[in-house]
Amino acid sequence: MTYMTQTLTEPRAGLAARLKLALAIFALLAVVPPLAHAMGEPFMIIIATRMMVFAIAALSLDLILGHGAMVSFGHAAYLGFGSYAVAILSRAGISDLVLQMVAAVLASALFALVTGAISLRTRGVYFIMITLAFGQMAYFFFVSFSALGGDDGVALAARSTVLGLPLLQGETGLFYVTLGLLIAAFAGLYLLTRSRFGRVLTGTRESALRMQAIGFRPLPYQLTAYVISAAICGVAGVLLANQAVYVSPAYMSWHRSGEMIVMLVLGGVGSLTGAMTGALVTVALEEGLARFSEHWRLGFGLILVLVALLSPGGLSGLLRKFNLLRDDK
Amino acid sequence: MFNLFLLQLLNGAQFGILLFLVAAGLTLVFGIMDFINLAHGVLYMVGGYVMAMMMGTTGNFWLSLTLVLPVMLVLGLALEVLVFRRLYDRSHLDQVLATFGLILVLSELVKILWGSAPLSVPMPEALSGSIALAGPMRYPVYRIAVIGVGLAVALALWFVIARTRVGMLLRAGAANRAMVSALGTDINRLFMLVFAAGAMLAGFAGAIVSPILSVDPGMGDSILILTFVVIVIGGVGSVKGAFFAALLVGIVDTLGRMFGPILLKALMDPAAAAQAGRTIAPMLVYILMAAVLFWRPTGLFGRSVAR
Amino acid sequence: MTDALLQVRNLRKTYGALKVTNDVSLDVHEGEIHAIIGPNGAGKTTLISQLSGQLRPDSGTVIYTGQDITALDMAARVRMGLARSFQLTTLLPSFTVLENVAVAVQAREGSSFRFFRPASTERALNDQAMECLNDVGLSGTASRLAGALSHGEKRQLELAIALATRPRLLLLDEPLAGTGHEEAAQLVDLFGRLKSRVTMMLIEHDMNAVFALADRVSVLVYGEIAACGTPDAVRNDAKVRAAYLGEEEVA
Ligand SMILES: Nc1ncnc2c1ncn2[C@@H]1O[C@H](COP(=O)(O)OP(=O)(O)OP(=O)(O)O)[C@@H](O)[C@H]1O
Ligand SMILES: [Mg+2]
Repeated sequence: MTYMTQTLTEPRAGLAARLKLALAIFALLAVVPPLAHAMGEPFMIIIATRMMVFAIAALSLDLILGHGAMVSFGHAAYLGFGSYAVAILSRAGISDLVLQMVAAVLASALFALVTGAISLRTRGVYFIMITLAFGQMAYFFFVSFSALGGDDGVALAARSTVLGLPLLQGETGLFYVTLGLLIAAFAGLYLLTRSRFGRVLTGTRESALRMQAIGFRPLPYQLTAYVISAAICGVAGVLLANQAVYVSPAYMSWHRSGEMIVMLVLGGVGSLTGAMTGALVTVALEEGLARFSEHWRLGFGLILVLVALLSPGGLSGLLRKFNLLRDDK
Repeated sequence: MFNLFLLQLLNGAQFGILLFLVAAGLTLVFGIMDFINLAHGVLYMVGGYVMAMMMGTTGNFWLSLTLVLPVMLVLGLALEVLVFRRLYDRSHLDQVLATFGLILVLSELVKILWGSAPLSVPMPEALSGSIALAGPMRYPVYRIAVIGVGLAVALALWFVIARTRVGMLLRAGAANRAMVSALGTDINRLFMLVFAAGAMLAGFAGAIVSPILSVDPGMGDSILILTFVVIVIGGVGSVKGAFFAALLVGIVDTLGRMFGPILLKALMDPAAAAQAGRTIAPMLVYILMAAVLFWRPTGLFGRSVAR
Repeated sequence: MTDALLQVRNLRKTYGALKVTNDVSLDVHEGEIHAIIGPNGAGKTTLISQLSGQLRPDSGTVIYTGQDITALDMAARVRMGLARSFQLTTLLPSFTVLENVAVAVQAREGSSFRFFRPASTERALNDQAMECLNDVGLSGTASRLAGALSHGEKRQLELAIALATRPRLLLLDEPLAGTGHEEAAQLVDLFGRLKSRVTMMLIEHDMNAVFALADRVSVLVYGEIAACGTPDAVRNDAKVRAAYLGEEEVA
């Protein structure tokens, strides 16, 4: 799987710079709600929440795509599992966020375990396409799920409760819960990618042959990463459903999966901070351009094409080019 | 029942032929250039719109269809020169980013130029009838013509690939990419040709389907994913594989939607069968693809990776 | 006499019409350095790949420590102490030199399903890795990225990684190719020192090194063992001179 190391090799010198960047992002996000209230633009909180939800999803994808060189084109399926876990459980009278998250994690992990075991038999383009196929299966399953609105999706009666408290009913409450989970996801993945496990995963990305020649079988590690990544994305799905108070198969369409890859590549793969910034910037761009013109996709598409053509390595490649992400190790 | 089956079989074959026209170019782009092109579906859509536009101005089906070809060829060449060429030796991810962007750009341009409402293209007089099939069943001439044209294109492609110098390069390239790279400067022209021809075929498919289905901005999306399924089942880089896989996918998809619920009714109560049928039918081709990749990780006609 | 550490029996591998490995049988005894020499394209690398489990032979058996390991994969063989170095350098380019070796230590020291503690802070891994780097003379470059090393340094690192797996039998595929004069001398010296604890199968084009180190030499020509014996016997074998050494001397 050395076919993509070219853009994947992340100079580790900028590690400290990366942590600082992440902390700066968290700090900036933390002051969004008071700022939004002060400016009389509470809508900003909703957009920022969406940005963070997708940042969690992008972080989860970066574990397998950036660190494991497994280009999944079906990752949006787990956003769907997370959202539908909320819809199904709350309909059954279980509105507790923690229980819903447990269900989302279990469902996502199980689906990932089965489909990952099959997908990991293939390589390269085939891997991309088989993950796409599994994503489509999940999508069509929920499209035909007429009890939950089928194609149209279904509105939730209310947001989830936390230990019986209506903590998420206000936008600010949901915002800080999401921020907390974003920080947790980042911290967890940051440690994970530097652990023994992460070392085997990134080593396999660099050269599977080398890893075998020192006594590793890559598959169990890749599959474990695939499952962990799915579980985290499932949590993002739970948040997405709560943010929109609505779930629909559209969350898991291949467009969404493609968009998640776009977020990663835009921000720069394999560095976690790149995934996070990529997601934040993508959602902000979409929301921003959409206010500007109904044909915002034209501008957004052009930006993607130009970034791909002019700046390999995405935004962090661009920053590096202008020496803004200096290594201070 | 048998007649219904025959009818659906023909529909499936016709759908498969369409998939083949779109997949033929894309499988070569994947196989020889190792290039992930998500924007191939929009070329199919653009073909439909160009056809609709030409019909609007000329009013002549055959003239319009003929004009679609050079327009798509030029569009394909332009995209190759402006975008794709610069991404051949970049990672798959950069290619996904750029071609995903292109989907957005082209779809939005189409919406700006022609609006979001579906357009329809009238069927040519000469092909608008139907012919008798077994018994009382009749089948539209136009659909038969689509199958015939598709088979002719397949035959022509087979000839080019099996008998010409370009074809030799293509075969060598699909089997061993390093070898084509070793051939030097010729390679740029070959890539351009494959790309432009692929765009033309996809656009042509979009044009000939326009009298049967309506032309709308989403038409590229739905066919793109099925095209991927076809390419992967057939084996990346194999036009022959794409042909058989396209027919297989077209027929399985069409028959599955029709007969899946009927078969299930024999097994369970009607309401449950209807629900299960609706759930499983659209998933069938993906299940098929996963199964094929499970047994043959590089598709039916793909070169196998050495252990 | 006891059984050999490695016994290769009637190994065959073909690529189309090309018999790359043609009925090869040979023994490697515990404690010896067994050199394999042969002209370019003779099938030496292909042979090593079959012994290490990277390639499956068409037929024949490989017996190691008395066990039939023909069906085992590379990872299983490495865990039994059968390691190799690659002729085409195979490193983890974005890992540091130390990490390249430490991950090999990690492979045999405890579970790698550990998710939170940073691996780079594990003293035990780093210390052992450092020892291997010392052995090959690379300790000065420990914190550099492997991808940024010179060609000769990469060859040395390749060897350090193989040593970090604690091999009992080491299959070396042209370890000296591409190294400078000094580095090569250093490595020859290292092999001499290693000999007391590691058995080696050495593929090498550098005849001085081969005749200085090897206890026995097998000559591979067109996939077949053309001769096998002590260095002196092989050097004087008429067939070998014609097939191989003659070419070398003329060239
Ligand atoms: N995967 C393959 N497919 C077809 N032929 C192969 C393959 N791998 C090796 N060969 C051929 O097998 C023969 C032996 O190759 P091998 O690399 O084992 O030789 P070698 O003795 O190691 O040569 P050198 O001294 O150059 O390293 C060569 O002719 C090579 O072209
Ligand atoms: Mg060799």
